[in-house]
Amino acid sequence: MAVMTYREALNLALREEMQRDPSVFVIGEEVGLYEGAYKVTQGLLKEFGPQRVVDTPIAESGFTGVGIGAAMVGLRPVIEMMTFNFALLALDQIVNSAAKMYYMSGGQFNVPIVIRGPGGPAAQLAAQHSQSMETYFYHVPGLKVVRPTTPMDAKGLLKSSIRDDNPVIFIESETLYAVKGEVPEDPEFLIPLGKAIVRREGTDVTVIAYMGMMYRAMEAAEELAKEGISVELVDPRTLRPMDTETIIGSVRKTHRVVVVEAGAGFAGMGSEIAASVTEQAFDDLDAPVERVTGANAPMPYARNLERLKTPSKERIVAAIRRVCNVNGH
Amino acid sequence: MAKTPTRGGAAPAPSVDAALARQLLTDKLLIRRFEEKAAEAYTLGKIGGFLHLYIGEEAVAVGATSALRPDDYAISAYREHGHCLAKGADPKRTMAELYGRRDGLSGGKGGSMHLFDKSVNFLGGHAIVGAHLPIAAGVGFAVKYQGGDQVVVCYFGDGAVPEGEFHESMNLAALWKLPVIFLCENNRYAMGTSVERALAQTEIWKFGQTYGIPAERVDGMDVLAVREAVARAVTRARQQKTPSLLEADTYRYRGHSMRDPAGAVYRTKDEVEREKLRDPIVLFREKLLAADVLSEADVRAIEKDVNDRVDEAVAFADASPEPPGESLFTDIYKES
Repeated sequence: MAVMTYREALNLALREEMQRDPSVFVIGEEVGLYEGAYKVTQGLLKEFGPQRVVDTPIAESGFTGVGIGAAMVGLRPVIEMMTFNFALLALDQIVNSAAKMYYMSGGQFNVPIVIRGPGGPAAQLAAQHSQSMETYFYHVPGLKVVRPTTPMDAKGLLKSSIRDDNPVIFIESETLYAVKGEVPEDPEFLIPLGKAIVRREGTDVTVIAYMGMMYRAMEAAEELAKEGISVELVDPRTLRPMDTETIIGSVRKTHRVVVVEAGAGFAGMGSEIAASVTEQAFDDLDAPVERVTGANAPMPYARNLERLKTPSKERIVAAIRRVCNVNGH
Repeated sequence: MAKTPTRGGAAPAPSVDAALARQLLTDKLLIRRFEEKAAEAYTLGKIGGFLHLYIGEEAVAVGATSALRPDDYAISAYREHGHCLAKGADPKRTMAELYGRRDGLSGGKGGSMHLFDKSVNFLGGHAIVGAHLPIAAGVGFAVKYQGGDQVVVCYFGDGAVPEGEFHESMNLAALWKLPVIFLCENNRYAMGTSVERALAQTEIWKFGQTYGIPAERVDGMDVLAVREAVARAVTRARQQKTPSLLEADTYRYRGHSMRDPAGAVYRTKDEVEREKLRDPIVLFREKLLAADVLSEADVRAIEKDVNDRVDEAVAFADASPEPPGESLFTDIYKES
């Protein structure tokens, strides 16, 4: 184990996979000479050269399509979106080309690509740079969607995503790049896609969260532990395919569920998890599933409004108390 | 003994020997008869969805493919039956795909707009206008990355030219020197919108100049002219990784799809009839006969062979079962 930042863990994953497999290459805006807008690709140009670390002009649909075409004939591109909000310009390529190719061709052409970059709320980046973009992708059969919360997950899940034979949407976070954690140095360390993790064991309530919301939920769990409420924290890690087995297993143990998500709640991840829990574990529930979600508003710029938009520790604590029937109804 | 025919008009025709002439005529006729039968099957309800016919444009696919090696790649939009067949796909499995049957190229999951045949390096059948141009550039990128010398022919219509992806792809292919031949089939109408109503620059080949790549306009009804222009582009792509933009002046006789059978709202009957005088099959056949490259008996034999193969394709599609219900859930994710 080594202690490193989330950013370094991603960088290490890229480097190891590029060393391991010559068909892996990195392509995107500012990934080479500039070394990445958030420095995730630092040093790669120097080590692997411009053929495998490809700077592109600002043409998201174009270079995403280039990645898809290259993947159809044997390469394994890792496409960087400078921020995932820009992936909307490539949405057609991702949804209509990458996700459908294997199916439309009856299994003749698969598309092993990773599209990665930061998304979700950051620090006053305002409406067009702060969206929780996973919701746009996890609806689509043919895509896998990953949201890695810790440096260890960043490395293990990115490596698995690169080795996966399907298009993988891998959304990081600006707010997590500097987070430090333990990361295995073993180049064969992988975390399988589609497997959730229980980050904290508890008995009273299951809280499901990922990315920045997981860190807030951890703080909430610490605070509530002092009051004797035992919170179990489940991180799905992969949103599609979703490991409902681990989630349901936890629900059967705690009988109470709170889902926390940064994105606007309508038709969000919380809705989907609440539906699964209701369908599969209704009789186990002692309280309705609570959702703590981002407000149904675009992301504002002003610091105070931004704070109101995104779920706070206080709102998470309040929701947990509600489902546990503590301090009122 | 092969002879060199002369074309009507001043310019001498490029040389064509009997074997090549037979192949080109056969391939064009195969596409036309195949599609005539597909249109029939559509009216009988055996083919559903959208069916976009290529009739009138056959010289482009056949001429272009004749300049390629089998390991070269081709990719197209949704009017792609001709490109797929010309590249060498089995007409039986192609027809079965149009029928949505188990033995179709994609097991019935693609249909008319999504023909794929990996065995002949035909990369689809893409039905979002403009979307396959960046993909073609990506295939060219991979060829270069892997140190190969294949080329990619990317067919698209005039309707893709106003799309951003046309321009992104031209720019990337030119910037990175990718071995891609962008072959625009200008049939003058994007569905019902004429090029004059869609493009500020109606001479599409001129966009090649903008991006600094070789570009030319070619008579898309003349299979030999297309073959020569594509052969020049292939040489550039293979040897120097230089992309090209070719504009084939062609015409579709049918409507945009079978749901626009007459194509009568946006063009005149006179125009359609006038264009049919340039028919790529009739003129080529006459030329070959006049120059004694092929005899009447040769031509009859070709026609019979083509008709038999198309009948066989229809019988095969008719006999093929529907895909099994469980195939709904296969080929969504590839298991590693």
